[in-house]
Amino acid sequence: MVAAAGIPIYDTPFLTVGGGMGSFVTLDYLRIYGVPTSQMRVVSNIDHPWQTYEFLTRCSQIPRKERIRSDSSSRPDNLWGFPSYALEEAWKERKPSYLWQILTEPLLNDYWTPRAGTVFENLEREAKRIGYWDMLVKGQVRMIRRRSDGGYFTVITPPGGAAPTKRIVFRSRFVHVAVGYPGLKFLPDLQEFRTKHGDYQHVVNAYEPHEQVYEFLKTRSGTVVVRGGGIVASRVLQRLFDDREKLNLKTQIIHIFRTFVTGSHGPNAWSRRKGGNGWAYQGFNYPKSVWGGQLKAEMRKLEGAERAQKYKNMGGTNTPYRRRWQEQMRAGREGGYYHAVQGTVDRVERTPDGKLVSYVRSGDGIVREPVSDYIIDCTGLEADIAEHRVFADLLQHGGAGRNPVGRLDVERHFEVKGTASGDGALYASGSATLGGYFPGVDTFLGLQIAAQEIADDLAGRGFVRKMGPLRSTSQWFKWARNSPV
Amino acid sequence: MVPTLLGRIQTRLFLLATVGVIITLLVVPVLPGPSGPLGDRYAGGFLVLVAVGVLGIVWELIYHFLMQFRWEKDWPTLFGLLTLVPEGLVLYFLLRSSAVDFIDPVPPAAFWTHFTLVWVCMWLVANGPMRVPFIRWRFRGGRVL
Ligand SMILES: Cc1cc2nc3c(=O)[nH]c(=O)nc-3n(C[C@H](O)[C@H](O)[C@H](O)COP(=O)(O)OP(=O)(O)OC[C@H]3O[C@@H](n4cnc5c(N)ncnc54)[C@H](O)[C@@H]3O)c2cc1C
Repeated sequence: MVAAAGIPIYDTPFLTVGGGMGSFVTLDYLRIYGVPTSQMRVVSNIDHPWQTYEFLTRCSQIPRKERIRSDSSSRPDNLWGFPSYALEEAWKERKPSYLWQILTEPLLNDYWTPRAGTVFENLEREAKRIGYWDMLVKGQVRMIRRRSDGGYFTVITPPGGAAPTKRIVFRSRFVHVAVGYPGLKFLPDLQEFRTKHGDYQHVVNAYEPHEQVYEFLKTRSGTVVVRGGGIVASRVLQRLFDDREKLNLKTQIIHIFRTFVTGSHGPNAWSRRKGGNGWAYQGFNYPKSVWGGQLKAEMRKLEGAERAQKYKNMGGTNTPYRRRWQEQMRAGREGGYYHAVQGTVDRVERTPDGKLVSYVRSGDGIVREPVSDYIIDCTGLEADIAEHRVFADLLQHGGAGRNPVGRLDVERHFEVKGTASGDGALYASGSATLGGYFPGVDTFLGLQIAAQEIADDLAGRGFVRKMGPLRSTSQWFKWARNSPV
Repeated sequence: MVPTLLGRIQTRLFLLATVGVIITLLVVPVLPGPSGPLGDRYAGGFLVLVAVGVLGIVWELIYHFLMQFRWEKDWPTLFGLLTLVPEGLVLYFLLRSSAVDFIDPVPPAAFWTHFTLVWVCMWLVANGPMRVPFIRWRFRGGRVL
């Protein structure tokens, strides 16, 4: 039927959709397990796998020289995680102090984390090594449908002029979906303000480019409202404090937390997270043992409401406790230019002189009305998965369903439940699958854990041989020498 | 690697049986102290390994219990190194006491050199190289099987 419509069909046994970090680590695993590039394709609207990630980190104030959140052995370019980034940077920069930090983290020191630049440079090296660009097909994926003969059709719109037809189709036995965030969602009151006033300059989301805020503050003293209690808020604050220090600015900062954490919190002595001054402190976005220890093992066994409850217990917005940030905030509180308040914002309005008033209602009923020049939304709410048309289609026509927290329901091996087609399988990884048997999905290490599960499942289906200790070791030497897999 | 209880025990036994055995084979002949027949000294060395394994199961239960007080249920790298102090002391006094009387008491210098070397090497391997042949190990809380 598809062929009859004059749409060209290409065959590939394995297709991954997205072409970001999730697709990359999955292809990396499969290449290292032994699948040749000719057997796999990746469809993406970006040119290199770290492009979206780099865009988002740069907006949220992590340029290449700054350090990211995840730890030293979360290495998307190296599935063994050895040597870790800390060893590499210590060697290259001749900095034994990094080794001391990694030895004493998180007890005497903050977690050591790599520079964004280190991550990108290594990704580029690995992408070349595995022949990533031989597998890349540029295009926008429209839908993935089951074939009556098993496997899937993936419908793609190639970039204008790149193909003779408006659509092309891939026919494959296996499909993997890693399309990242379905979309950014704004806080409702801010969205309302933006639509009402058509003002996209003064009320910004930290994930969008918003250099104009920092530029404005360099020319004139001003007030900024920062909203949110996660790492992005920490980063934005650091930028504001850094600029203030470096350029002698007079910036005033009002920081609104919806949930204001005053100290250690949790149901009992066995599960209490540190916190204070508004923040909940945690090294990574989930407790560390989620990526391989006790919490990973526990969650793997839970279903339904019990699983949702466990997610709730260990979830919640948090940020790492970093000594530098603590110092800056302390100085800000003492100097009277950093004010943290608890509250929910009812609405935002514009004053006659073009400033912004937030109507903030705190838990004790007091309503504050801080006036500011800018509002930076660092809440990073993620949109519903159905906002992404590929997921919407899979939910409607592909047999996919939702998990206990409302996202895409996947098996322990990341096959999307209900979407099997003949001897084919459809997998998904990344943020869309949060709420499954494994919580750490939206991180490099989580994407690698998913990739390993997928690769092992594909091995079970005869697509590739499962990698044992011998192949793994010899492949590691190839990685170390940067020779092709 | 962030361990589970089963993973801790398996990793300890596995590393003792590999790294521990290799280090023992290498260092026993050159350990400071006694000059008895080599066979006896090896017997002493391997007894230390066995004891680290057997007592270790009890230690791991204690560590696992202590870990429950940590929000992240993690076990920082440094703990893995520093636990050599209590474990070494307990083992040392046990071996010197008459509790284990089928071998001659180990001389302190030989015991501490051997024990520390084995411990540090196991710790180093567990913190990196172990992941090279065993790619699933770190995601399974240190289970080898
Ligand atoms: C600011 C920020 C900082 C982070 N820091 C860390 C960190 O320090 N450590 C860590 O481990 N994790 C971090 N993460 C989380 C996560 O690891 C990254 O976001 C990672 O990039 C997620 O990979 P992904 O493949 O799921 O999505 P992406 O890397 O975003 O890739 C998905 C790609 O799919 C493309 N796509 C979407 N729809 C289609 C379609 N229909 N057709 C074709 N292509 C499509 C998108 O353009 C996108 O490029 C961070 C996330 C953010 C936002």
